[in-house]
Amino acid sequence: MSELKAGTNLEKVFKAGHFAVTAELGPPKSADVEVINKKVQYLKGNVDAVNITDNQTAIVRMSSIAAGALVLQQGLEPVIQITCRDRNRIAIQSDVLGAYALGLKNILCLTGDHQKFGNHGTCKNVFDLDSIQLIQALKTMRDEKQFICGDEIKNSKKAPIVEPRILIGAAANPFADPFEFRVIRLAKKVNAGVDFIQTQCVYDMERFEEWMKQVRERGLHKQVKIMAGLTPLKAVGMAKYMRDNVAGLSVPDYYIDRLSGAEDAPAEGIKICVEQIKRLKEIEGVAGVHIMAIEWERRVPEIVEAAGLLPRP
Amino acid sequence: MITAVQKPFDEISEMVKGHDKLLILGCGSCVTVCMAGGEKEVGILASTLRLFNKQNNISMEIIEDTIERQCDREFFDAVKDKILRADAVLSMACGAGVQFCAEVFEGKRVLPALNTRFYGATEQQGIWSECCAGCGSCVLDKFGGICPIARCSKSLLNGPCGGSQEGKCEVDPENIDCGWQLIYDRMKSLGLLHKLEENEPINDWSTGRDGGPGKIIREDMVL
Repeated sequence: MSELKAGTNLEKVFKAGHFAVTAELGPPKSADVEVINKKVQYLKGNVDAVNITDNQTAIVRMSSIAAGALVLQQGLEPVIQITCRDRNRIAIQSDVLGAYALGLKNILCLTGDHQKFGNHGTCKNVFDLDSIQLIQALKTMRDEKQFICGDEIKNSKKAPIVEPRILIGAAANPFADPFEFRVIRLAKKVNAGVDFIQTQCVYDMERFEEWMKQVRERGLHKQVKIMAGLTPLKAVGMAKYMRDNVAGLSVPDYYIDRLSGAEDAPAEGIKICVEQIKRLKEIEGVAGVHIMAIEWERRVPEIVEAAGLLPRP
Repeated sequence: MITAVQKPFDEISEMVKGHDKLLILGCGSCVTVCMAGGEKEVGILASTLRLFNKQNNISMEIIEDTIERQCDREFFDAVKDKILRADAVLSMACGAGVQFCAEVFEGKRVLPALNTRFYGATEQQGIWSECCAGCGSCVLDKFGGICPIARCSKSLLNGPCGGSQEGKCEVDPENIDCGWQLIYDRMKSLGLLHKLEENEPINDWSTGRDGGPGKIIREDMVL
């Protein structure tokens, strides 16, 4: 077995060939630590790591690094999300050093939702880097032990190099357009040095399977661990909202029909999610699932259990 | 061209309040082409302002004129006397013209009648769209002649984000095309799609606004 890059639990799970399970934890829209503690209790022991979102949908929340540090204190491994929307390369590299110093060693590189969708629509955005360049920057920091500018990562001439040993993640969206470019984007991320991928939430299984076919044709599944994203549907209204209002996301009608016809829609939504996981496990090249239960973290344990993914390694 | 739109009339009328003699000065270049600040628009704004002043018992002499360009010193000669006699100039030029007018006539109050928008082209009659971000380091050769910096809402250099749907950008699907869909289609038609598989390195933004206010010095031209 070759040497681990970051030595995180998530990396070890991948390395051992287990079907990985991660979840998402949205930090609070306040300084309320209790929100995090509660979500950790739902997720701990049921997932290999948990993603801490970085002001998702451009709404101000507790910082992903601070929330990640709190999650880690409670014994759950975080994956810190970093978007390119709010920080330039100086701030990002500084945050990466800080995150690593706090013991946060999985980082997910994202472009970031446009500020138009959030609660500060009049702000300036940054996008100094894009997500692919962010991957490249983290890889340079980890493997070349250099900052983007080429300086070595050390405090002074005589000081030792102390580089952040980070497992580098990124997202992929098989459902946005142009569809043919989606696998090219993934190939570019692999080129840039990404270690694992989480996809946009999968509902349209046929399109996802078509995308995975393209992934396998390029041999990308052998170079990167791909985790399929899932968001359990709580209600038919949510399904319709996601179908109609979220760009790059398609929710097929047969799920909407199932939810409309169900007596207990949330239970049906969970059933659908479990069925999806079972189907995803059979697809060659899918290395795990990433469950994004939006403000529904408490239902994650039963999904993981029903999908036969417990106990976690 | 540099595109602009007229400020809301209420903002203009409030801005010019208190000036007894106002020169409304149009510009014959970009803002004439995009129908925001040329001779015709000077006439309309002057008439509207006169009517407003009459209705509100405001005494104000309004003079109209338009010069070829407000971003070149030589064209101001034709209106020098009018500017000097006016209490204030309401410039209908772009932001560069307004500032240059104020610089040439130091001590004169020069007010902007327009909101300058972007470097763009006439998409069709009455519709202008942004094409160039003035980044100072043109990349159009790499992207089939479509600029990702100006035409992608996030200025992404390595392909479309997840917000590209049916050729539109999620930021405003009614009005904004996804710049990356345009690039993809163009490169495909040029048989150059393979070029988009190359990773674009981290960009040097210092040639644009991030390097501070721009200045071009052509030693061969300086007198």
